Amino acid sequence: MPETVLADTAAAKAPEPRVKRTALFGGRIPLARLRDLALVPAIVVIAIVGQIVNPVFLQTDNLINVLQTMSEMALLVLAQTMILIVKKMDLSLESTMGLAPGVAAWLVVPVGAGHGLGLLPGALAVLVTLAVGALVGVVNALLIIRFGLNGFIVTLGMLIVLRGVLTGISGGQTFFQLPESMLYLGTAEWFGMPASIWICLALFAVAIVVLGWTSFGRSLYAIGGNVDAAKAAGIRTDRVLWIVIVTGSVLAALAGLLLSGRLASVASAQGNGYIFTVFAAAVIGGISLNGGKGTMFGAFSGILLLFMIQNVLTLGGVPAQWIGALNGLIILVALTISRITGGKVQD
Amino acid sequence: MSEGERAVTPGPAPADGGRVPADPPVVEATGIVKRFGPTVALNGARITIRSGETHALVGRNGAGKSTLVSVLTGLQAADEGTVTFGGEPAPRLSDRDAWRRRVACVYQKSTIIPTLTVAENLFLNRHDRGAGRLISWQATRRRAQDLLSTWSVDVDPQTPAADLSVEQRQFVEIARALSFGARFIILDEPTAQLDGAAINRLFDRIRDLQRQGVTFLFISHHLQEVYDICDMVTVFRDARHIVTAPVAELARADLVATMTGEAAAGRREERAGALDPGAAAALSVRTLRGDGYDDVSFQVGAGEIVGLAGSAGSGRTEVAETVVGLRAPAAGDVEIAGNRPRPGSVPAALAAGAGFVPQDRHHQGFVPDMSIADNATLSVPGRLGPHGFLSPGRRDRLAQAMIENLAIKTPGPELPVSALSGGNQQKVVMARALADDPRLLVLINPTAGVDVRSKEFLLGKVEETARTGTGVLIASDELDDLRMCDRVLVMFQGRVTSEIARGWHDHDLVAAMEGVDLDA
Repeated sequence: MPETVLADTAAAKAPEPRVKRTALFGGRIPLARLRDLALVPAIVVIAIVGQIVNPVFLQTDNLINVLQTMSEMALLVLAQTMILIVKKMDLSLESTMGLAPGVAAWLVVPVGAGHGLGLLPGALAVLVTLAVGALVGVVNALLIIRFGLNGFIVTLGMLIVLRGVLTGISGGQTFFQLPESMLYLGTAEWFGMPASIWICLALFAVAIVVLGWTSFGRSLYAIGGNVDAAKAAGIRTDRVLWIVIVTGSVLAALAGLLLSGRLASVASAQGNGYIFTVFAAAVIGGISLNGGKGTMFGAFSGILLLFMIQNVLTLGGVPAQWIGALNGLIILVALTISRITGGKVQD
Repeated sequence: MSEGERAVTPGPAPADGGRVPADPPVVEATGIVKRFGPTVALNGARITIRSGETHALVGRNGAGKSTLVSVLTGLQAADEGTVTFGGEPAPRLSDRDAWRRRVACVYQKSTIIPTLTVAENLFLNRHDRGAGRLISWQATRRRAQDLLSTWSVDVDPQTPAADLSVEQRQFVEIARALSFGARFIILDEPTAQLDGAAINRLFDRIRDLQRQGVTFLFISHHLQEVYDICDMVTVFRDARHIVTAPVAELARADLVATMTGEAAAGRREERAGALDPGAAAALSVRTLRGDGYDDVSFQVGAGEIVGLAGSAGSGRTEVAETVVGLRAPAAGDVEIAGNRPRPGSVPAALAAGAGFVPQDRHHQGFVPDMSIADNATLSVPGRLGPHGFLSPGRRDRLAQAMIENLAIKTPGPELPVSALSGGNQQKVVMARALADDPRLLVLINPTAGVDVRSKEFLLGKVEETARTGTGVLIASDELDDLRMCDRVLVMFQGRVTSEIARGWHDHDLVAAMEGVDLDA
């Protein structure tokens, strides 16, 4: 077979360029790591611009204010990021954020003050809040994983149902006179900084470690990247998905608790409309809607960037009526910029 | 049974092939029966694979090869029969780890997670742990590096798996299989997506590993590869074991005969050229320059079949894709049947009279969940009804005609394409290319992953089309695809380096494709 002999001689030459390419790969890896830090320059630029617009911007009080206002939504971003990495999505997080503390307030707030039933002692409120979050997560997971329904539609349905339930139990009004236990986390200060900031930063730190350095965390990426391969590698994919979806809802309930505590009330519209900003922050932070890609640090810098821009706009004296339009515009611009700098089509 | 079997079975007990077995075989499956509803996928099938050999399993699509693979890898239980590994009975199906220590399969479809690094893919769900049971990335990387260098796989463990070439991915999957302790590896059509040089590297690797005591079961549609790399060959047909023999004792024609169950048809007789020199050229390409190729000029006459040969990086695919508008050239122009379509526009190229079979049917060829009828008529909505409306009746009649024309094996035009075998899927893609009676037919690797019979059929169809005055351009490195061309243009590193008239010897063409000068 003469052609085989010839082909062999050619193949002997072929590997040479390949070695060079591998070396190129080797040099490229740190760049891939740098992608995590892609938003850091943007954050620095906004900080400088903010300082020029208004010298108040970089003062500790203002920065703490920014961190505190974003802490609740940041928890939603954390939850959504986990869920997006396993290639699912949960739209109902924003309603869970309202309903969970709403149910607690409904059961705890004494009769006579609004729509409260006064059935349970105030000390149980936190527990009830988290339990409602877990319950919502279980229902979502049951429908999506057990019954194989489409996650987008299921959670869209849940978004509407949960909002409706909150409106129903509250009569469309706001719960006041919340018990001390519900107010604590939203109002307390630990070591000179609001507790909600500590909680938010701590949970992100835990999430970064879990996603980066535990098999459970890595299994999230494996499932989002190629669920069949994950199964073949011995990962119990359904169990991981259950944990992720339920944890996501519990985090949303916790975010609701922080917000209710800070505002000392549960409005029937609490959390309404948050989900769009949450998705935007995650995508700007480099999380792929196609699953398997992105880091917690990226997601955190995404939400931080959005809130810093908002703060700069407020300090710059932009009329409150225009903030909404500008917010949407900023999200679109930020997405465009991250598309240009990331160089890849967002999916 | 057929005369095919008698022709190639030299004596009794062909399974031993004259060897004296010393150890128990690495794998032995006997009397395997597997039914899926009314279909019998395996009917008393058997295979015996001895340590250190590279064993080929061949058979036409539907012969039961894939089912045997899933039984041998423990993905499905056989209804009857036994599987033993090294003389011991196979582990329970639920004991995945025990299966992984005995056998691994590298499938055509990747089981690598593209978003993770190579190191993580290798040790997924069994990372190295450091302090506090957290993953130690350093140790994982080091272990991946060790594993890759033990089996001399030249890949950086830090590379994201998405950046690997098909070839590198296969090496990584083989390394992963070996790291579980398996020394028996099934390769399911490993060469389908590789070019000539990569195939040679794969074969070198297989020979290396064979020397180190790894046993392979090699599944391929490509019989030449069986002769290149394998020691033994087992033929399956219609869910049964037909023959096992040493490759050296089985002539190529006999092997084809056992696979098809009929005496081998004589080689395709010399084709009379159908070139019509009077008619306008079907395609003329002038000084085309673009990504991966430069200064490419050639013509394809009406009724002429022109091959565009070259190895994977030679630019042949890029040129063919430029012709049909999938890519826009940087300079130069493309004229199809006298029209000059807008560069980089597929609809314009189709309107000018081009028909196109893309490189990778799974990727660009069809929509898997749509029916045969929808897929085959995707590019000709205008013929399905007036003003953009489409009439299902007209579509199904058109599709039915295509199904008959291309002998697509299906119960009807409403079946989703994903339910067809590879050969029939490719026929659907071909049907679509022919749907609008093109003046120019552009084919890229038209017979990749297609069984012998479908391949002959598809190539026969191409000839038939050329006889009607259509110009044909075949971009491929598959010698069988190029054999019927009136002339073959060979590309090397982005340029057309030579033109070879029909009647070439295999080694001339291979040498030209590899850029080797035989006279030097």
